Amino acid sequence: MSTYYAGLLADIGILTLGALSVYIILATDQLSLGNAGFMGIGSYLASFLTVELHWPLTAALVAAALAASLIGIIVGFPALRLKGIYLAIATLGFGEMVRSFFLIFSPMGGSGGYRGMQHVSLGYIWIWVAGILVAVMVLERSRLWLQMRAIHDDETAASLVGLNTTLIKVGAFGCGAAVAAVAGGLFAHHSVYIEPGNFGFERSIDFVLAVILGGSTVGAGSLVGAALLTLLPEWLRFVADWRLAVFGVLLILVLLVRRQGILDRPLLARLIFRSNTP
Amino acid sequence: MTAASPDAVLRLSGVGKSFGGIRALSDVYLTVPQSRIVGVIGPNGAGKTTLFNVITGAYRPNTGDIIFDGQAVTHWPPYRIVRAGIARTFQNIRLFASMTVWEHLLVAQPRRRGLMRNILPVRWADAAAWTRAEEVLTFFGLEEYREVIARTLPYGIQRKVEMARAVTAGPKLLLLDEPVAGMNHDEAAELRALLLRLNKRGLSILLIEHDMAFVMSLCHELYVLDFGALIAQGDPANIRSNPAVLDAYLGSETTC
Repeated sequence: MSTYYAGLLADIGILTLGALSVYIILATDQLSLGNAGFMGIGSYLASFLTVELHWPLTAALVAAALAASLIGIIVGFPALRLKGIYLAIATLGFGEMVRSFFLIFSPMGGSGGYRGMQHVSLGYIWIWVAGILVAVMVLERSRLWLQMRAIHDDETAASLVGLNTTLIKVGAFGCGAAVAAVAGGLFAHHSVYIEPGNFGFERSIDFVLAVILGGSTVGAGSLVGAALLTLLPEWLRFVADWRLAVFGVLLILVLLVRRQGILDRPLLARLIFRSNTP
Repeated sequence: MTAASPDAVLRLSGVGKSFGGIRALSDVYLTVPQSRIVGVIGPNGAGKTTLFNVITGAYRPNTGDIIFDGQAVTHWPPYRIVRAGIARTFQNIRLFASMTVWEHLLVAQPRRRGLMRNILPVRWADAAAWTRAEEVLTFFGLEEYREVIARTLPYGIQRKVEMARAVTAGPKLLLLDEPVAGMNHDEAAELRALLLRLNKRGLSILLIEHDMAFVMSLCHELYVLDFGALIAQGDPANIRSNPAVLDAYLGSETTC
């Protein structure tokens, strides 16, 4: 495989995880525009653990995920009081806060960035991506996921059928943050150099775009969205300078035709059904 | 019935609720005895739905106590009240927009301990929940709608789905807010039979309803609310002939 495609595949994997981190939180009807912040935390923490403390990468990723999920839970509590656009803006503020923190945090390089990580293989990245994607798809058939959807559909009714909406919404933030942190740790060890600019607002938007484009009602949509978001601009190189404009038009068209994104439950069921029958 | 009776499932004493300067409920005393069907009637705006919202914890009462199954649940959050055993339906049906009928029957079931039970696919991890949902599905005769998105079903069926969802929570007391509104005569008769069967199994029911024939034929006891206050209580025959009730409500608006 050429390094060009290897690079694209790594990007798709990391973006899939970023998208899943948004998807999990969105499943409880909370839109987070700050997941690049959790990714940054995971990225810096995992790098610190492997470079300074010589931890194995897997252990560092798990530790980074746990730490980020704690921060996610802390962010999740004030988020309970906000809905829709207000929550989106507040989480955006959180993301920018994390970025500016690393900009002035000189022990980890500040604005000069941080290096020294060991390059990680494409296979290793995709083991994580596949593992987390499968875990999410299993979770989607669970009782907890039904409860998250109930909150998404009608939070008041959910509390009146006996669901602890606070616990579930805050928990979703914690899980989403953990997945974003894994994406960050993998990103750091794939690009072997990180700087605060990697975890800006645009990155958070990319995560949300991948979910919305790929399908916001099924986990596998994140994979589809991440692949399209990475590959489409490449395939559109023939239109040269116009490619981002064309990409934007395609995005609008997809959303006009399929508001729920490309992949949804009926389509996924049909694909699985077709592959099961000879 | 306002005095403490040991076999009462639910007892409200002196419950009041105001919104700003408006008294939606004042000094309500109400008792639902074990395994009985109790009805609350009254004109529009009499405070019937507010009463349900106070009982289920959606609103906090300003005064009074709510005793359910021997515990004071007055200021509990809604989810704890449901878990204690009060399930409800809504006047304007509140089903979950993305869910099939089957999913509605799984989501509201009693909480189970154990992380794995909750995060693995229900079918393998919680066979008891699966079986229970099957039973309720059959009981309500909803088998043919199992995989249909509940919100797309006809109104009468949606009411049944909502009731089935409430029953899967395994309540001791079922609160029904206008269960036959929008149903035709046959559907109402069928629902009446279902409620009687549930009641025979020991479920206590408190219901709000405008359909007088339905209320009179189903309830063991009735309470009449007007402007947030109780104006009468008694068995259906009594209420039918109570002059205060006829004056406030039945005589002017409805025939029985």
